[in-house]
Amino acid sequence: MEPLLTVENLRIELTTRDGVAPVIDDLSLSLNAGETLSFVGESGCGKSMTALALMGLLPEKVGRVASGKILFDGEDLTQATPRRLREIRGNEISMIFQEPMTSLNPVFSVGEQIAEAIRAHQNLSRTAAWDKAVELLDAVRIPNPKGRAVDYPFQMSGGQRQRAMIAMALACEPKLLIADEPTTALDVTVQAQIFDLLTDLQKQSGAAIILITHDMGAVAEMARDVIVMYAGRKAEYGPVDAIIEHPRHPYTQGLISCVPHIVSDMSEERPDLVEVPGIVPSLKDFGRDQCLFASRCAHRTDECLAGRPPEKHFGASQIADCWHAEAL
Amino acid sequence: MQFLLTTSKRVFYAIVLLVAVLVLNFSLMHLAPGDVADTISQSMGGADQELLDQIRADYGLDQPFVVQLGRYIGGVLTFDLGFSFFYNMPVTELILQRLPATLLLVLSAQLLALVVGVLLGVMSARKPNGITSHFVTFLALFGYSAPVFWTGILLLIGFSLNIQIFPVAGMQDVTIEGGFWVHAWDIFMHLMLPMITLASIFLALYSRLSRATMMEVLGSDYVRTAKAKGLSQNQVVYKHALKNALSPVITLAGLQFSAVISGAVLVETVFSWPGLGTLAFQSIIARDTPTILGILFFSALVVIVGNLLTDMALRLVDPRLRGR
Repeated sequence: MEPLLTVENLRIELTTRDGVAPVIDDLSLSLNAGETLSFVGESGCGKSMTALALMGLLPEKVGRVASGKILFDGEDLTQATPRRLREIRGNEISMIFQEPMTSLNPVFSVGEQIAEAIRAHQNLSRTAAWDKAVELLDAVRIPNPKGRAVDYPFQMSGGQRQRAMIAMALACEPKLLIADEPTTALDVTVQAQIFDLLTDLQKQSGAAIILITHDMGAVAEMARDVIVMYAGRKAEYGPVDAIIEHPRHPYTQGLISCVPHIVSDMSEERPDLVEVPGIVPSLKDFGRDQCLFASRCAHRTDECLAGRPPEKHFGASQIADCWHAEAL
Repeated sequence: MQFLLTTSKRVFYAIVLLVAVLVLNFSLMHLAPGDVADTISQSMGGADQELLDQIRADYGLDQPFVVQLGRYIGGVLTFDLGFSFFYNMPVTELILQRLPATLLLVLSAQLLALVVGVLLGVMSARKPNGITSHFVTFLALFGYSAPVFWTGILLLIGFSLNIQIFPVAGMQDVTIEGGFWVHAWDIFMHLMLPMITLASIFLALYSRLSRATMMEVLGSDYVRTAKAKGLSQNQVVYKHALKNALSPVITLAGLQFSAVISGAVLVETVFSWPGLGTLAFQSIIARDTPTILGILFFSALVVIVGNLLTDMALRLVDPRLRGR
């Protein structure tokens, strides 16, 4: 089967005051229809930039796709015209953002904002689009959808707003849904509800999901494949089960040991929670020919500072970019 | 319902405010030395004490201050603002004659400043380093620092003397004959220069403010959401962003309403526009107290009504303000 989305050697550059920095460096991935791929990593490692690149929404003049391909349904999005990208956005690929509080326009009713997405891509009358918006609010389990559709975002709670955002994203039955940290701003109980909702809606619609998060727990529940990103580069890529069972990259190991219940699944005794020491390097160091994680890594050797780590393959499809992956 | 309730509350406050303005105006005018009797006697070439007393008794100026104030307020409540000896007609009638001209000038100038200012602001916010943006910065500096009468005279020299497009002064050409549209066009041509002159200051203000708020709004999350829906650039900018950016501009426009009216006094004088401004200028020179008071009252009325409208417009634009 031809994958729905294939990214080949994608490089995205940001122009900053200190010069040009590769925020995404040589990223390749593929995603089949109906499956979920997760992007994990700390803030500032390029997860959101990848999402924006897929949407064709990189910040104007600052960000650009320097090389590589984004093949969506066989069409290279990096070569698509702005007009074609507009047709795709919100229609075939849509996105849920991190901040439900600020991602909805405060001065338009929620129903209008959903109906607008429908009208932008489908030849429906105002009333037909509105009715469909109410149906969508019902589908994302907002009680009394007819009454709530005329409400403004400030009249809704954070969880309801995020549901409304999901309704908006699903309005045109997209083939690919990008969820950029959809639960970061929400209460833990609401987080679980939103993930359940996404899983159910995915089963109904058959949409592929790219889930961007830094929550390894969510990844373990939602995704089939995971890409661990570090400083704009792939650290590890493969099936979630295989990677949680045996992470080969020290950064992945660090991330997993940050999550209590995955750790306790793996071993009987309860080990101390570990943090990953240090911080992500600054943008100007992103292009360096060395392992960018080296400064925070306990397994560092001279090799790590001498060149980029090679891709090492494990099992059927697990890939880790680390000089010492076999030993870990 | 909520809307009506809040609106009627605001109207009530407005009336209280208006009465306060009335009392203050009257008291201030009373404090100034000299009265109508002095001016009348001057225009007659002098009068003896007996005649002065006679005039004061006729106009009720010999009564205590409180009685005069009470009479005046009572008059205002019955739309009687007193009698102008200078123009020899009731002040109410005099003002109502001049009011339409001023309203036409003030409202059209505000509208021009708002529409053009916001458009320029939006255009320059979309390209902060483009030519429009630099033009707006220049225009704002120029419009704000150039005195109104100077801009007015400059425009007069440019566009009615050197290049004779617009008439020099007044509001209508009395020699012109024709139907309604001929006269409307004539008034429109007369209106152009005073309107542009008066609008120039406020246009500068509005374009600067809308440029700043628009730039902020364009970087917001919901604008990104709108783009992610696949809306066109114009829908994103003129629907989603603009409606959010309008609130501060409307607030400023409301606050500037009184400034527009005081600007109108100067502009009307430069262009001999037959409105309240010219009337105010002339009646101050003539020390025509009832007329001055009447004009002050009407200016306050216009400003307060303007603020009420601003308030309603704001609540129309921003649902978060409704019910407050």
